[in-house]
Amino acid sequence: MFKKDIPPSNRSKVKSSVQRGLRQKLLETYPGFEPVIEEFMPKKASLEAVKLPDRVTLYTIDSTPLFFQPIDGPPVPHLRLIHTYPSAIPTIQIDRGAIRFVLSGATLMAPGLTSPGGRLPDAENALEAGQIVGVKAEGKEEICLVGMLKVGTEEIKSKGKGVVMDEGHYLGDGLWRMYLD
Amino acid sequence: MAEVEVSQARQVTYCGVCTLPPEYCEFGGTAKKCEDWLKDNESELWDKLYSEDALNANLSTLSVSAQERAAKDAAKKEAKAAASEARDSERKAASKVIIKRVERNKRKYVTVVIGLEVFGLENKKIAKDLGKKFATGSSVTRSPAGVEEITVQGDVSDDLSDWLLEVHGAKIPEANIEFVEDKKKKKSEQPIV
Repeated sequence: MFKKDIPPSNRSKVKSSVQRGLRQKLLETYPGFEPVIEEFMPKKASLEAVKLPDRVTLYTIDSTPLFFQPIDGPPVPHLRLIHTYPSAIPTIQIDRGAIRFVLSGATLMAPGLTSPGGRLPDAENALEAGQIVGVKAEGKEEICLVGMLKVGTEEIKSKGKGVVMDEGHYLGDGLWRMYLD
Repeated sequence: MAEVEVSQARQVTYCGVCTLPPEYCEFGGTAKKCEDWLKDNESELWDKLYSEDALNANLSTLSVSAQERAAKDAAKKEAKAAASEARDSERKAASKVIIKRVERNKRKYVTVVIGLEVFGLENKKIAKDLGKKFATGSSVTRSPAGVEEITVQGDVSDDLSDWLLEVHGAKIPEANIEFVEDKKKKKSEQPIV
């Protein structure tokens, strides 16, 4: 989604009513943030919106990026936020061979997840298509990619090939390197 | 970020060279530099990530051919990064910031600054800062040649170079600042000394 560098653009304050709505939405999508939302997004703080290419809006507080939202999708937390609260969103894991492709912006493919190095949740915790997940890597602690699943995890297991995640926000992409001050 | 005592928030260290979490440095294209940086700044982490065991564990999980491919890829990426950096620094050394004093009207001058963007400064922001500093109008204009330049009202060329060196001295070497005087060519066309 953000392969290119993002030019600095205008930012604007978000209305407090809109901010409340966003906060609600964020908590709905990610119940995992519930206990900690006061820490990174206090009710009083004024949220700022930065426009990104492709009709995506990034929300920040005091130059700390929090999450971004495509015009037609749910909010997705920024990787820095995920690193700070890693347990807030569901994760899957890719094997080591896939890391370098993911970090250069390739789409995530199923074999990277089904191989011995990869890890998918078991059947009772299966994730549906359309869910936002964090992607960890074999032998690493941090999450390196976040995005929306295109197929459910059970389907990945049964099929074992094909695209799993089309576009996401990965370490070192334009959004990651974006300079806010 | 607000890290309080009860919070579950973790402080994550990011590499000072490639900005990734250090464990991903090997994929960033500047692996060597990253390693040095980590060694200097976060020796504990360095011990953990670059110890013999860790390196071996990394290698053992991949097949030999995949390893080779990955290594080749990494080398290519690194070479690319190094080349672009070299090009960048060369460009920086070659280019100059030109501070021009332009006569607008008999004894009135404007100061024009060209070429800041090469040194990683943002014209728009600098213009704003200059306006504040000198309490005059200051704006970014597009010159007829199509280059962006900052126009500051009033003759502030000397102070301006001082200010540039003081505030952004780390980015611009003094030798790369050049003064030019631009007089209106009317009656006495004197060569500029």
